[in-house]
Formats: sequence, structure tokens, C-alpha cells
Amino acid sequence: MTRIDAKFADLKSKGQKAFVAYVMAGDPDYDTSLEIVRGLPGAGVDVIELGLPFTDPMADGPTIQLAGQRALEGGMTLDKTLALARAFREGDTTTPIVMMGYYNPIYSRGVPKFLEQAKEAGIDGLIIVDLPPEEDSELCIPAQEAGLNFIRLATPTTDDARLPRVLQNTSGFVYYVSITGITGSAEAQADDVAPEVARIKAGTDLPVIVGFGVKTPETAKAIAGVADGTVVGSAIVSQIEHGKSVADVLAFVRGLADGAHSA
Amino acid sequence: MADDLFNSFMTGPDENGRFGDFGGRFVSETLMPLILQLEAEYEKAKTDQSFWDEMDDLWANYVGRPSPLYYAERLTEHLGGAKIYLKRDELNHTGAHKINNVLGQIILARRMGKTRIIAETGAGQHGVATATVCAKFGLKCVVYMGAHDVERQKPNVFRMRLLGAEVVPVTSGRGTLKDAMNDALRDWVTNVRDTFYCIGTVAGPHPYPAMVRDFQAIIGKEVRWQLAEQEGEGRLPDTVIAAIGGGSNAMGLFFPFLDDTEVNIIGVEAGGKGVTEKMEHCASLTGGRPGVLHGNRTYLLQDDDGQILEGFSISAGLDYPGIGPEHAWLHDVGRAQYVSITDKEALEAFQLSCALEGIIPALEPSHALAHVMKIAPELPKDHIIVMNMCGRGDKDIFTVAKHLGFDMAE
Repeated sequence: MTRIDAKFADLKSKGQKAFVAYVMAGDPDYDTSLEIVRGLPGAGVDVIELGLPFTDPMADGPTIQLAGQRALEGGMTLDKTLALARAFREGDTTTPIVMMGYYNPIYSRGVPKFLEQAKEAGIDGLIIVDLPPEEDSELCIPAQEAGLNFIRLATPTTDDARLPRVLQNTSGFVYYVSITGITGSAEAQADDVAPEVARIKAGTDLPVIVGFGVKTPETAKAIAGVADGTVVGSAIVSQIEHGKSVADVLAFVRGLADGAHSA
Repeated sequence: MADDLFNSFMTGPDENGRFGDFGGRFVSETLMPLILQLEAEYEKAKTDQSFWDEMDDLWANYVGRPSPLYYAERLTEHLGGAKIYLKRDELNHTGAHKINNVLGQIILARRMGKTRIIAETGAGQHGVATATVCAKFGLKCVVYMGAHDVERQKPNVFRMRLLGAEVVPVTSGRGTLKDAMNDALRDWVTNVRDTFYCIGTVAGPHPYPAMVRDFQAIIGKEVRWQLAEQEGEGRLPDTVIAAIGGGSNAMGLFFPFLDDTEVNIIGVEAGGKGVTEKMEHCASLTGGRPGVLHGNRTYLLQDDDGQILEGFSISAGLDYPGIGPEHAWLHDVGRAQYVSITDKEALEAFQLSCALEGIIPALEPSHALAHVMKIAPELPKDHIIVMNMCGRGDKDIFTVAKHLGFDMAE
């Protein structure tokens, strides 16, 4: 049982929806982002998605693109991202951390070495946007063998014929992308999402968490209400972009978490 | 030709879109069903005679194929060695080889019922070709182009707009060709139902590298029969040479000769200011290492942490930090040789072509010509080199004027 499995079991026993928050590691700088990440559990975050910066984030909208650029310009690297996770882990042994990013920095490091380092740093799962099931032998299978969850994205274009393949090697939870598009775009609609979540749940016992286009406590509540939880990324990153203090960022996160938890 | 399939270089990619370890389908889940559908539709079209009949008709009557295979007599005499032929793909409609592939993809898009075409462009040649074919078929066309390239390639931007395309200046990342490709992918992920992504080179997720190669292979197929007509039945080139950015014109020339192992194959990358640790070049094979970007594994310019670096070249059409995966594989198995040419050498070749042959070449094939200039003098007179003159230089005269210190405003 990974920290992710334990967290969802705990939420289930309490009858509570999950609130997942995304921040980019090293945005706006290493120290500030560590402070924010350390504050997330206290602000009501159940699972932390930690962005690994990459020069070419093809699935991300402008907000997260710019966050990655700020981090890279500030000297953020894969090693420092792992160090940030490790530093967080020293004070928190239960909140799961999922690393989210693109494959090349991991491939460049070498998959076996990366998995060993990620595990040692206290990372619990991976969401790698540009690795569909067709490329499972690259990282998905080795990650599961190393004891890390590999969380797959399911999307509105994942039809019924394809869904079993998408669910097959997924673990931890399923991340349903609420819209066809990039992060931070159009507002997610609970009415559209509900039947899709039902469709996915028919094929798996894993929790289904919905992200993309969730920006406000109201949407967080509405979307979490039709799923097992929700993810917010761009709206939080946008607070950091606008130079808000750590306390203000965490207060904003608290509002979103309360929204999701009230579902 | 090879005796059996096991010894053939022409059977790739495999069912996973791999050329050896290169290629693949590294895309987000949203796009995965779309590229699987594209692959299925392309497989159908490939064996459908009516698809190729339509292509042949347009190639002949709209593009002006076959392009001539021209014996460059004065260049040959000047260099004093190998006999040099130029494959004149710069004479195609829109001035480059790009339209060979665009026609294929747009006909496929029409068969798939897509009504909106998107494309990325660097120098603007692929964008112009896409805008042209979209105008011909009455399709909506959106071209993503790095903001920096929009500024330095104004004539092509205006051409695209005249042809009815919307040109979107890309400011994300550093506003270059790779960022234009990122934004095109972001568009596609958003507009999945009606949109067809027309990629301009032999890169991207499977089936693009194979599909674009197949459409461009008309270049090498023509060279085979044209050379036989001029030099005698069965005579093959001794060396084929082409410039490489992503590598589509080169793949098109090389592919039909891959199993004729007596034919030397040379790809010429853009060496910029020189292939050094300063990385002011676009020579992915000579100065990069394998990585994953834009849907495929290939050689990439990247730093130690796997972050992608910007290429640098005088030629906007070669200014890309990656290369088609089939080239990466041909490089690793040793079937093709890859070299690099600096900006300075390309400029010299550009001027020589103008002076001796009356052909103003694009800066891209000027790189290939610069390598011809290096090797031809050392080769015997019965050695035949075929070089792909893949584009004409109209778009580059402003850049060249600047480098030669000529004030166009006078």
C-alpha cells in the first residue's frame, strides 16, 4: 500500500472527497515553493502534485508554461525538485506527493536511476503527460515495479473501446481530464463530467479525480461532488505568478479545499 | 536491392512506430485516439489507387512534377571532380519540396472529413504550402509561427495571409519553431473534432514520420528513373546529398535508395557558428543526444538535465533542435552519414550557385551544396552526386544581403 492508497482509504472511511493541489517546483524560487508545499497539507490539501519544470510543456496553458519558465530561470533542476520533495518529507510522512511533468528530463536521467532517486526522496506517484499506454514499457511498468504509482490521464477522447487499455496499468487513482484542451482553459462543467466519471468507475475500483478547468471553490465543490475529488493547478499557480505572499496563496488554497471538502 | 526483408532498411517503422529505438508515440492521452485514427486512415489511403491517382494528378498539374534532374555542368567543371546533378525541387509551386507532403496530408484530411487545418512553420515555406493547398480546397487554415520568425520572414507571412490563412505569432517559450510546434499541438488538443494537424517534417508522433517520408519519397523515385534516362539503364547515383532540419527533403531523396547499399547517403545539418560546446548550431545528430520531444524519441539538442535547447542557424528552415527519428536510426545503424556545415560555408555555396548555375538557392540546400563543394573535388569524374535543391532563395535574399553587407533599402 502506497501513501496514495492509504490516503484514499482514509478519505473513503471519512466519507470525504479528495482535494489535490498542483504547484510547480521552484516557482517562483526554491525556498518560496518549499514553504508553499510545506503549507499545503495544513491548508486542506490531501494530495500534492509537484510539477517538474520542462522547457516544452505541450499540454499546458500559459499559466503553467510561465511557472515552468520562472522555475528554470531560477535554476530549478530535476535534482532540486527531488531535494524539495525530500525536504518536505522530513516534516510530513503521510501526505502523498505525485510528480507531474514530461518524460524527457526523466529519460535523460535514466529511468532506473530516476526511480531509485524519486523513491528515496519520498515521491509516491508519477503523472507523465506524454506517456500514453502505448509507451508503458518506458516508465509505467518499471515505476510500478519500483513501488511508485503511475497515474494515468483519461480524457473525453478516450472512448469505450480504448478505456480498458488506459485503466489497465493505472494505479493510485485515475486523473480524468475534464475538457479537450490544455491546463487552465475553459471552466469544467459538472453536468458533462458526471457521466464520464461513471463510465470510468464502471471499469475500475480506483478513485477518479477530475482536473483541468477547476478555478473556484464553487467549481471545486461541484466537480468533487460528481467524482472522488478534484485537482486545481493553474488557479493556484496564478496566485504565485501575481506575487501573492505564501500566506495569501495558502489562504486561497484553503478556500478551494473547503469547497471540495464540502461536496 | 536487398535479398530479403531482414536485410532491408525500408521496412520501418514497426507497428509501434519505431525505427529501432527511435520514433514512437509520446503524446498526451487526448491526442492518442486521434493519431491512431490518422494511422488507420493513412493505412487505408496508402493502398487505395484513387488516393494516389488524385496525388499524381495534382503533382503533375498543380505542383509541376516531375521536377527536373539537372546536370550542373559549370559547377562540375569548377569543382573538377565528381559529376554533379541537382534535383530541382525548388521549381515546385510555392518554391520548395514542402508542397509534396502538404498535398498528401490535405487530401487525407479531406477524406477524414476534417474542415480546419493547422500547421507550424519556421521559415514559412511549410506554412505557405499549407495555406496554398487550403486555399485550393477551401479549407480553414491556421499557421503557428514563432514571433521572431514572423518578424524576420515578413514576405512569407504576407503570402500566407494573401492565401487566406490566419498566421498566429507564437510568443510562448522563446517564440521559435519548436514553440510553434508546441502551440500547434495545444491547438489540436483543444480542437480535436474538426481539426487536422499538417506537420511539415518527418518528425512528430507515429504515423507522421513515415507518412511524410512516403509523400516526399516522390523525390528519390523520380531521381531513379531520371538518372537512368540520362546516364543509362540501371545507373544509380554514387552519392546522394541533402540538407537536414527536421529532415523531410532528405528522407524523400534517401528513402528509395536505402537498400542500394552501393549508394552513399549524406545528410547535412546546420552547423551555425560551429558545432562546439557553445551549442550555437542545429546539428542534432552531430551535437545532440537521444531524448523525447514532440511525440517522438530522436536526437535532440538538450542540456544535462534534459531541458531542450534552442537551435541556431542562419537558415530559419533548419532552426529546430530535433531531427526525424528515421534519420536518428539511419545514423546509429550507419546506413547514412551525417555532417555539418557552418553558416559561413553555406553563404559561400549560395553565392557559387548564383554565379555558376544561375540558380538562387534557399539557404537550406546551400548547406548541402557546401558539402558537395568539399567532397566533389576529391572524387573521380565518373562519380555521380545527386544533390537535392529543395528550395529557392527568394525568401532568403534579405538575410543574405544583410550578411554580405548590402543595404536593401538603398
